[in-house]
Amino acid sequence: MTARIAHVAFNTFREAVRDRVLYNLIFFALLLVGAALLFGQISIGIERIVLINLGLSAITVFGVVIAIFIGIGLVSKEMEKKTLYTILSRPVRRWEFIVGKFGGLAWTLLVNTFFMAVGFFVALLLLAHHFERGDTWLLVAIYFIILQFVVVTSLALLFSTFSSPVLSAVMALALFVIGTFAEDLRAFAAASHGATRGFAALAAYLMPNLASLNVISSVAHGQPIAASLILYNTVYSLFYAAAAVCGAILAFEYRNLR
Amino acid sequence: MTARATTTALTAMALATTLAGASMTVRRLDHLRAGSTAEEVLYVPSPKILRRMSLGFTGLLADIYWTRAVQYFGEHHHMRSRRYRLLEPLLDIATTLDPHLTVAYEFGATFLAQKPPEGAGDPDAAVRLVERGVRENPSEWRLYYNLGFIHYFERKDYAAAADAFERGSRVPGALPWMKVMAADTSQHAGDLQTARFLWSSLYQTTESEDIRANAAKHLRALQVDEEVFELQKLTSAFHERSGHWPASWAEMETAGYLHGAPLDPTRRPYRLAPEGRVLVQVAEDLPFITQGLPTEPSNRPQIESK
Repeated sequence: MTARIAHVAFNTFREAVRDRVLYNLIFFALLLVGAALLFGQISIGIERIVLINLGLSAITVFGVVIAIFIGIGLVSKEMEKKTLYTILSRPVRRWEFIVGKFGGLAWTLLVNTFFMAVGFFVALLLLAHHFERGDTWLLVAIYFIILQFVVVTSLALLFSTFSSPVLSAVMALALFVIGTFAEDLRAFAAASHGATRGFAALAAYLMPNLASLNVISSVAHGQPIAASLILYNTVYSLFYAAAAVCGAILAFEYRNLR
Repeated sequence: MTARATTTALTAMALATTLAGASMTVRRLDHLRAGSTAEEVLYVPSPKILRRMSLGFTGLLADIYWTRAVQYFGEHHHMRSRRYRLLEPLLDIATTLDPHLTVAYEFGATFLAQKPPEGAGDPDAAVRLVERGVRENPSEWRLYYNLGFIHYFERKDYAAAADAFERGSRVPGALPWMKVMAADTSQHAGDLQTARFLWSSLYQTTESEDIRANAAKHLRALQVDEEVFELQKLTSAFHERSGHWPASWAEMETAGYLHGAPLDPTRRPYRLAPEGRVLVQVAEDLPFITQGLPTEPSNRPQIESK
C-alpha cells in the first residue's frame, strides 16, 4: 500500500517539475524578492521590513498559485490523457491514487518553497550582511506558509475530483480568499442570533482558517511566535488537509469514470 | 540574404521603431495630462477597508502606504509646498495596517509637526499619531521622546513635554538622559540651553541618518539665532558709542568690535543691513532660523520657536 502511494506521489512530483509554468512562477517570486531590495531604497527606514513583507508575501502568493494550478489538474489531466484507467487497472485503489497525488503535490510545493526561501535568505543577507537572532522567526513564518500550501493543495485536489479544472481553480481561489477572513467570519457568527448564527458558525468552521497562518507582519518586526500557536496551527492544518483529502477520496470513490 | 533573415531584420527594425514611437507618445501624454495622476487622491481612504482588501498581507500594504507617504512628503517638500492634505490620512492608513511600524510614527510625526515648508505645520496631528504609536508600542521609549519633542518645540506645551519625557524614562531600556530631559524641560522651559541639549541628544543617539541630518539643521538654526542676537548687540553698542549705525563689518573691526567678517554656518558672511540689523545671505539654506531673516526683523531671540 505504502509503496503504491509513494509511487503515485513520485510520479506526480516528476510530472509537476517537468511543467515550465512552475519554473516561471518560481522565477517571478524570486524576481519580486529581488525587487524588494530596490523598493526599500525609495522609502525611509523600512528596507529590511519591506524585504521580509514583500519576500514572504511573494512566496505565499506564488506558492498558492502553483498549488491551485497544479492541484486542479491532478485528476482531470489523468482522465484527459486516459492514463488514469491504466493506473486504476493495476492494483492501485482509488483512495491510494488520491493520497499519492496529494503527497506528490505537497512534496513539489515543499521543494519549491525551499528554493524560494533560499532566494529570500540570500536577499536578506545581501541587505543586512548578517543574520540576527530574531530571524529564526522567519523560518516559523515560512513553515506556516508551507502549512497554507498543504491546506490549499488539499482543497484544489478535492475540487478536482468532481469538477472541471476552471471551476476547481475558481473555488480553490475563493476559499483561499475567504480563508484569510476566517477570524472575521467567526466573529460575525458570534455576533449573530438564531438560525443565522448557526449557519454562519457552520460556514466559519467549514472554511479554512488561513488568517492565523499568516504571521508575516509580526516576524517582519522580529516579534516572537508563541510555541502554542506553532503547535495548534500544525495540528489544525493537518486535520483540515486530512479532512479535505478524505472528502476528495469519497468524491472520487463514487465518481463514474466511464 | 535569405527570406527569413530579411523578415527578421525588417521586424526587428519595426519593433525598435514602434517601441520608440510608443515611448515618445507616452511622454507626450504625460505632458498633456500633467497633474492628472493619483497624487492628490486616496481611492480607498478607510484603513479598515484596506485591511480587509489586503487578504492578510497588511504588513506589505503598510509598507506601500508608508512609502507613498514618504514620496508624497518628499515631492511637496521639494516644491516648497505649504499644504500636505494627504499626509495625515496616508500615515493613518500605514500605521493602522501595521501598528508596529515605528518608523512611520517617528518620521511621520516630524513631517506633520514642522512648520511649512519644512513640514505640514500640524503639531496636533503629530501628537495624535505618536500617542497612537505609544498605545500600540508602549515599550518603544523613542516614541515618548518624539512626543516630548513635539510638545516642547511645536506646541510650546512644556508641561506635556516634561510628562512625555518622564513617561518615556520609565520604559525599560530608555537612555538615562530621558530623566534629565524631563527635569530640564519643566525647569528651564523655552531657553536656549535646553533646546540645544534636546537637539544635541537627538543628534548623538539616533540611529537614523535622516533624523540626524534634521537635528543638525536645527542645531545650526540655534547657532544662527544666537549669533545674530550677539551681533545685533554689538551693532547696538557701536551705535551707542559712535552715534551712527555701522556701514560695514570692516568699520566694526576697525572700532575693535570684531575680528573679520562674521560667517554663518554655511560659511557665508552675515549681511549688515540698515539700522544695524544682521541678516543671513541665503535664508533657504538655513531652515528653522527665526533670526536674521530678511522679511521679519526682530531684536529679540525667539529660541522657543525651534
